[in-house]
Amino acid sequence: MNTRQQSKLTYSWYGKPLSSDRKLRTSQYKGILITSERSKTKTCIQLGDFILVEGLNADQPYVAQLMDLYEDGAQDKRAVVQWFCRLEEIPQNKRKLLKREISAQEVFYDQVLGYDTDIAAETIIKSIMVLPLHLGEELPITTLNKEQTFYVRQSWDGKCFKILSPDTFSKLKEANKRRGVITNSSKAFIPSDVLTPLKKETKNVVQSATKPKNIDMEIESRHSTSKSSLAKERHSQRVANNDIKTPTARKKLELNSPTRSKGRLLGCEVLGLLDDDCDAVAPLETSATKRKVKFTSGILGSPPKIPCSNKSKSASETAGECQRFSDTLRLSPYTKVKDFSEKDKNLHEKDDILSLAGDQKPRSQSPVLTPRSRRTCVQKTSALIAEQISMLDQEDFLSGSDSSYSASSEEEEDDDLPCTPEKKTKSSTPKSSRKSTDHTPAKTLKKTPSQGTPRTPRNATPEIPRRIQAAQEPASVLEEARLRLHVSAVPESLPCREEEFQDIYNFVESKLIDGTGGCMYISGVPGTGKTATVHEVIRCLQQAAENDELPPFQFVEINGMKLTDPHQAYVQILEFLTGQKVTAAHAAVLLAKLFSTPGPKRNTTVLIVDELDLLWTRKQNVMYNLFDWPTQKHSKLIILAIANTMDLPERIMMNRVASRLGLTRMSFQPYTYKQLQQIISSRLKGVKAFEEDAVQLVSRKVAALSGDARRCLDICRRATEICELATQKRTPETVRMVHVTEAIDEMFSSPYVNAIRNASLHEQLFLKAVLAEFRRAGVEEATVQQIYHHHVALSRMEGLQSPTVSEIMAICSRLGACRLLLLEASNKYLHMRVRLNLSQDDVMYALKEE
Amino acid sequence: QRRHLLELLKRTTVHGESNSALIIGPRGSGKTALLNHVLKDLREMKQVSENLLENPFLSGLLQTNDKVALKEITRQLQLENVVGDKVFGSFAENLAFLLEALKRGNRTSSCPILFVLDEFDLFVHHKNQTLLYNLFDISQSAQTPVTVIGLTCRQDILELLEKRVKSRFSHRQIYLMNSFDFKQYIKIFKKQLSLPAEFPDESFAQKWNNNVQHLSEDKTVQDVLQNLFQHTKDLRSLHLLLMLAGSAVTVHHPLLTAADLQEASRQRSTDSKANIVHGLSVLEICLIIAMKHLNEVYDGEPFNFQMVYNGESNAWALQTFHLSLPSYCPCSFLPIAPEFQKFIQRKAHSMYNFEKPVVMKAFEHLLQLELVKPLERPSVRAQREYLLMKLLLDSSQIMDALQLYPNCPTDVKQWAASSLSWL
Repeated sequence: MNTRQQSKLTYSWYGKPLSSDRKLRTSQYKGILITSERSKTKTCIQLGDFILVEGLNADQPYVAQLMDLYEDGAQDKRAVVQWFCRLEEIPQNKRKLLKREISAQEVFYDQVLGYDTDIAAETIIKSIMVLPLHLGEELPITTLNKEQTFYVRQSWDGKCFKILSPDTFSKLKEANKRRGVITNSSKAFIPSDVLTPLKKETKNVVQSATKPKNIDMEIESRHSTSKSSLAKERHSQRVANNDIKTPTARKKLELNSPTRSKGRLLGCEVLGLLDDDCDAVAPLETSATKRKVKFTSGILGSPPKIPCSNKSKSASETAGECQRFSDTLRLSPYTKVKDFSEKDKNLHEKDDILSLAGDQKPRSQSPVLTPRSRRTCVQKTSALIAEQISMLDQEDFLSGSDSSYSASSEEEEDDDLPCTPEKKTKSSTPKSSRKSTDHTPAKTLKKTPSQGTPRTPRNATPEIPRRIQAAQEPASVLEEARLRLHVSAVPESLPCREEEFQDIYNFVESKLIDGTGGCMYISGVPGTGKTATVHEVIRCLQQAAENDELPPFQFVEINGMKLTDPHQAYVQILEFLTGQKVTAAHAAVLLAKLFSTPGPKRNTTVLIVDELDLLWTRKQNVMYNLFDWPTQKHSKLIILAIANTMDLPERIMMNRVASRLGLTRMSFQPYTYKQLQQIISSRLKGVKAFEEDAVQLVSRKVAALSGDARRCLDICRRATEICELATQKRTPETVRMVHVTEAIDEMFSSPYVNAIRNASLHEQLFLKAVLAEFRRAGVEEATVQQIYHHHVALSRMEGLQSPTVSEIMAICSRLGACRLLLLEASNKYLHMRVRLNLSQDDVMYALKEE
Repeated sequence: QRRHLLELLKRTTVHGESNSALIIGPRGSGKTALLNHVLKDLREMKQVSENLLENPFLSGLLQTNDKVALKEITRQLQLENVVGDKVFGSFAENLAFLLEALKRGNRTSSCPILFVLDEFDLFVHHKNQTLLYNLFDISQSAQTPVTVIGLTCRQDILELLEKRVKSRFSHRQIYLMNSFDFKQYIKIFKKQLSLPAEFPDESFAQKWNNNVQHLSEDKTVQDVLQNLFQHTKDLRSLHLLLMLAGSAVTVHHPLLTAADLQEASRQRSTDSKANIVHGLSVLEICLIIAMKHLNEVYDGEPFNFQMVYNGESNAWALQTFHLSLPSYCPCSFLPIAPEFQKFIQRKAHSMYNFEKPVVMKAFEHLLQLELVKPLERPSVRAQREYLLMKLLLDSSQIMDALQLYPNCPTDVKQWAASSLSWL
């Protein structure tokens, strides 16, 4: 798909305008032709076709059904679509509503109202198939066209999943059928294109796959020729009886539609097959059995369908059946069990024979194999009934029943690692995957039920190992209080920030409703609840969005402190939005593109930038970009920037950055003591641990110093500890003034005085000498030499042995290490300058005491 | 203090509470010892050890930047086997990875982690204090329970923290001081020297311990210890002293004596620079003396070689000038004239023998010994003779050294002792 983007495509209308509206100056068309310049192929997409539309993420294009095509007044080609959404597009928390496993190919009929259904026709990538299924139905087994075929079972309206209404179901089916007809008939228009490019393509493919062995090449060419010849035959047949209902129509459509992608896909598939073959380097026999097993299981895998295809062949089953048929077609030349001539026969017959042969072969072969593999087959078929594992099974069939592999993987499954590399290999090569999980599903699931939910490899993040013992629950009142007072304990509501909360909420809400972008700058000293408030706002908004009061939005958070480099911000944002991992420069480009071009299905994004000042770079391009995006017309980006300083925009930002930031500012004032008091008491609600006065003392003390709520909580926590220690024997367990004062003293006391008092005699003498020298010189700086003289004199006065210079230097550096003194680099020896790190009065006070 | 720390760590492990604390104390006050002791106690507690307390130990001297520190944390937490063959690309990736890892845990289920940051003050100097911010942030939010313990000797460590980092720190500081007095010091001394009960040779142990007991009551030993105690309360210096004394113990000299201790103490307290002066030649000493005089004349202003040289030759010129005045004594080697004259003659003697380049060489030797230090880096342009220098010796040191200098010409001694009054 990436290569597709690089090749140039031109879009032109197909046919004449169906109708035109004079007033609006729009004209509608029934189809669009996409011409790829490089491969000279043309694709015709008609109304009602299913298409892929370019999305945020190049690997995950949107799925949609084309409803309308028109050219508007400005001669832009527009398309109206009905969206389908992939599982990835559904919010994580909603996915569990499904209560079943979803294969990558399953999509949901999208009924979310917020999405823009009017898109530019140029974003259409190609046509695909979307097959409606009933809820209980198994996914048909496809090895073919993985990227091109999707299934729809349920619809999604943003809140819950619903079964497709019969109406839409039949409509979708209709579309599928119609599509066959149209393409078929359209072939008359462009007959020259039909077969030649295909042949060319297949040839190309064969040539490109030079590496594989000759045999494979042979098989491949035979395979492709047989296909095309078959197609020809079928075509003639078609012309004869014009039977639209038979699945051949579909088959033909697939084979004949001269899309480049088709060819490419064929190539992929061929390569895939070759790979498969290479994997099974083993003797031909095993590979053959592999195929066969695969085949049988494919048939057995959908037991309800076999009778359908054999007997009734109702219209409703066409889709699934033809899919399966294509499967069998593809497999048959490979397994070499059939003559190609057989293909001329009736389809049903062939199906029957195939299934019979499939049934018989493993039976005949199984004695040759280990009995184990046979058992696995049986188990597999029995397990198939369980709907949950259907997806896994499907993958499993591809992997074949290589008994050794299954054994090894079983072993792997047994050792329980949080994220074993095994899982990674599985996901990276899904074809050879999942063997173990459903190999004996009943057994493994029973053994370790937690393993039933395999983690996706994307978020293969490591985990801190679990603790063996459960964490103890708080036993006493004090412990309970301490738990609540921990900063991490998020309260249900944030007291004292109601006003700010409301402001931010209103800001974001209005922007969300308007679908526009905007910036807001929030400042305040540390510990005033900026981040907490913003998170609370987001939480409320998310709740509102869930309740459908607001349009849904995406929420991205970055923290300047958690980035190693300002440019990493791009990477993180992009990863949040699309899950891609790219370099910073590339991410910047992608994001700029994302926010500057109108995206059809994009939700508003709310971006929180914490610690904004750390995103500062010399050219300020990170900040510039961040604040420039919301001003773009289509960005739908709301930025909440958080930083400590109020005048940050004026101080460090260039004018052009500051002006883009706008004037929506808000500053969080430090908490007053009343507010702090309220915060503590709200946290301690229901726990009788603190005396009123004690709380008040703490809050007053903290409010006077910084207004930092974190500090306040920490003091309270420490006070509970002290209290606990003090009252280990006695029963009364409330924190009183004494404890609080002790905690405060512990946190705020200056360590210097204590340090000086505990210093050795000569260290104290040295400090005295420093003071004396300062007083003499009148300058708050002296060299060691000068101090040395004073020191010698002082020690003589005290009647002590005067120290040598080396000893003085040792003392000096010790004091310097404690930062009682500030020293120069020590290589200056005697001429090293010394300064006091605290006021002279403090030193005097500390020395006088004794 | 110990109990405080123990409680703190116990809560982290048992309740899954996150905390942060700093242990502050001067060098040699037993910060690491305290922590190790507490950790040992902690591991002995069954409840805690079952919880598999992991503790990455980082030292600011080893993990010189956040990138290295992060790698080390990852290694010590044994997360890299989880990552498998994935190679860590960038620092950013690494950080995101670790944060993600720590974020996944929660209070009740994850195993608590104890981060020990030795030389905490060096972590403070890392760019943006990213590591500290993140560690403290984790400890302040409902993620994997984490206790961050920093060890530092800087009393002003809190002022070094950036404001938002500081706000996230819990402000638990445990101060360790050497607050014992001399009696305790003697006790420590005894304990350090005594042989343990499980010493194989019991009779010798008995004898040795008796000797130690004697020593501790001996006056001279007490003096030595008192002296050391007055200088520093750092127990490591005591260990060093005992080590020096203990190394004197041999088969023939099995017991420690007071003299040994005195000798060790003398060794410990000797002045290194003065010792260097002992090994200098007479010419170099003359140069140093000339510098000392210059220092006195100009009150510690820097000087250059030319000044020193000129100072000598000036003195020599003066000498020639003065030569005529007093009663001239023609003797060439043994000056017997009055004081200044003797000096001058000595000068004459030395200057006659030494050419300027030789003096220069001697000067450079002093430079290499770092007895003299250039004020600025020697540049190509400035001539070496005119580089400004400073003498790194105190006059008292020079005098002390001269006293001990073997075979020092008396005139040199006298010249050194003589102030400039006569000049």
